[in-house]
Amino acid sequence: MNRNINFSAKFKLANILSLFIFIISILFILFKGLNYGIDFKGGTLIELRSNNTNVNISEIRASLNSMNLGDVNVKEFGKKGDYLIKVEAKAGNNNELIPEIKKTLINNLNAEINFRRVENVGPKVSSELLQSGIIAISLSLAAMLFYIWIRFEWQFSIGSIVALFHDVIITIGIFSILSLEINLSIIAAVLTIVGYSMNDTVVIYDRIRENLNKHTQLNISETANLSINETLSRTIITSVTTLLALLSIYILGGEILRGFSFAMILGVLIGTYSSIFVAAPVLKFFKVSYKTLEKKEEKIVP
Amino acid sequence: MLNFSKINILSIYLIFLFISFFSILNFQNEKDPLINKKVNLGLDLQGGSYLLLEIDSDPLIQEKIQSKVIPLKKLLKKNNLNYSNFTINKQDLIFSLNDVEKFKLLLFSKKDNFLNPYIDKYNSFELDLEILENNNVRVLFSKYGLLTINNSALKQSIEIVRRRIDDVGTKEPTILQRGDKRILVELPGLKNPERIKNLLGQTAQLNFRLVADNEEFGVDQLISENGEELNVSKRIVMSGENLIDAQPNFNNQSNEPTVSFTLDRLGAQKFGRTTTDNVGKRLAIVLDGKIVSAPSINEPITSGSGMISGNFSFQEATDLALLLRSGALPTPLDVVEERTVGPDLGEDSIKSGITSLVIGFVLVIFFMIYKYKIFGLVANLALIANLIMLVGVLTILEATLTLPGIAGIILTVGMAVDANVLIFERIKEELKTEKSIIHAFDIGYTKAKITVLDANITTLIAAVILFAFGSGPVKGFAITLGIGIITTLYSAYFLARHLTSMIVLKKKEGEINL
Repeated sequence: MNRNINFSAKFKLANILSLFIFIISILFILFKGLNYGIDFKGGTLIELRSNNTNVNISEIRASLNSMNLGDVNVKEFGKKGDYLIKVEAKAGNNNELIPEIKKTLINNLNAEINFRRVENVGPKVSSELLQSGIIAISLSLAAMLFYIWIRFEWQFSIGSIVALFHDVIITIGIFSILSLEINLSIIAAVLTIVGYSMNDTVVIYDRIRENLNKHTQLNISETANLSINETLSRTIITSVTTLLALLSIYILGGEILRGFSFAMILGVLIGTYSSIFVAAPVLKFFKVSYKTLEKKEEKIVP
Repeated sequence: MLNFSKINILSIYLIFLFISFFSILNFQNEKDPLINKKVNLGLDLQGGSYLLLEIDSDPLIQEKIQSKVIPLKKLLKKNNLNYSNFTINKQDLIFSLNDVEKFKLLLFSKKDNFLNPYIDKYNSFELDLEILENNNVRVLFSKYGLLTINNSALKQSIEIVRRRIDDVGTKEPTILQRGDKRILVELPGLKNPERIKNLLGQTAQLNFRLVADNEEFGVDQLISENGEELNVSKRIVMSGENLIDAQPNFNNQSNEPTVSFTLDRLGAQKFGRTTTDNVGKRLAIVLDGKIVSAPSINEPITSGSGMISGNFSFQEATDLALLLRSGALPTPLDVVEERTVGPDLGEDSIKSGITSLVIGFVLVIFFMIYKYKIFGLVANLALIANLIMLVGVLTILEATLTLPGIAGIILTVGMAVDANVLIFERIKEELKTEKSIIHAFDIGYTKAKITVLDANITTLIAAVILFAFGSGPVKGFAITLGIGIITTLYSAYFLARHLTSMIVLKKKEGEINL
């Protein structure tokens, strides 16, 4: 396949678009906030299955509200008769809370009820989990920066970090816009996105560096364009196979993995976009040329 | 890059076979395993409970500081120190003294100091002294004193938690210390987590105390099992420490469930003396500050055994006996995190995990054949080998497979072909300029090597950090993702490269179609 798409001509438009979505994401994260799950907010989560599929969601809500548990959230979860209940963390939520909820529901709904999953996270643990999640994401960004810093020139490091922030912030921003739940598995997804996005960026950067040396007469725009085109086939194929795997999890993997796989799908799409339209333009911004490479090249290549 | 020596080939496939062998171990007969290694299923897949318990050391510290009062007062008296305004607080003792300096010397003397022992391990005394204004002093536990109390309480709690869980008889429980205040408990395949939580949530401090209206030690007003308010002496006749056994039983006459207990020699003596002296009075059996029952003493009990009845169901009697047998927790435990998955949800998760794995795998395989024909087949063979090795390594490490871990495997399937794609695309480019096909393949592999490594190391970094910071199921994801990257590199750079070389070297020029 001989592709020759003029990507660099679209850099400007793409950058404006990216900046716009980036700012919107930040605004949403700051002002609308994130919908933290019980992992990070504390509280109780119950996944229940009732044998009576006629049970109404409002009946469940009503009988839980009668217990004065504070903020209660009920939603359907997968199959008919499956529900997910979330109860706000309250001081003095005791060991009896879960059996009490079960008793109340069985009495009020007149159905056999099976608690398939119960999660209960205390306020202290949830704040620790949030903290370690934030540390993990920051640390992974720092580790990537460090890796790129020893492998490439500083202009490349900045480019890849800009692309990483772009991907992470926009993914989280979309979660904020859609009010999707942020829990431990979303943190795992974000970290994987960091890895994936970096992977994509590195492949293009590797090629740009090679081409800068090979075609010294080309300017950075032309080199970036050439490199993106040369690696485009790989970029698309890898994205497609990864997305195929992720779609398979999203559709067939069950409710528990849905948020995780959705975040990953978003991340792969945004990550692929950013390595072409964010990471490469940064090099153009810094006016990278084959001269930039010379000094360092000799030291690094074994 | 396409030349392999015989030793090379041999070692590539031997390593592959060695690792693959372990993946087969997961399918052997469970009862008679050849080598007892397999991938463990996480609690989210096999069902079970994860509990994180935290000790609450405040009541214990209060108790310990109170226990210092009598020896402290004795010491003051013996050394002719006059004290006044003695107040006992939750964490400290405050009083005023006529000679603060003398007290300081006494408190921090290393010789025969029963009040304030020196902890060699930390180079510190158990108690600390703060001198306040107007000759007031504050006696409190030092940092290391608190640490010692906390550590011994935690050790003791772990021991008692273990006894209680073992007594219930769940299979393969995991009980571990986490940090300096927490205990992690994992109970696979547990049917009724509420019962365990209930058992672990009680300190089970058992006391026998006389019911009395006025007493020199003072009284506590407690509520009995049938709602009666009783004044119970603060003096403890005998505590649960003197129990050597407790069993659920049925009362001969009423046929009600009861708990019968046996006392040690000391306990039997104390119990015998008290019941002899107080015939006709009532003896309250107090568990964690609540009266279980307060029977009248009809006759002296000197046999060293007795019975507790108190409107129990048989289950309650069984649990009470269990609690008494295991001993009291030194301090209350709070459940700060709980995650329980029912076995049916676990089965569903395994099913949906495997279904999505198979479908994802098939989609990727067809896509690769569509894109690369025979070399797609090579990439697919490498992918299958990759999966087998991934399971093999998980088995060698006896890692725990969780639902997110299965997602990690599926993701590996999607991302693993990347290495081969990078190589094949590179070869395609080289084929455009290079006349010799063999040469093109050779250069392709060499040039793609750095990029493939770069690209995979980034994901590996993410996996390592996730492993370090993640908990439970997420850790399982990090494990499969991380090992997946390593097996991917192996299968692309050794297995697939060798297969490719066989095809390239066999076919004639012009027949290669990438």
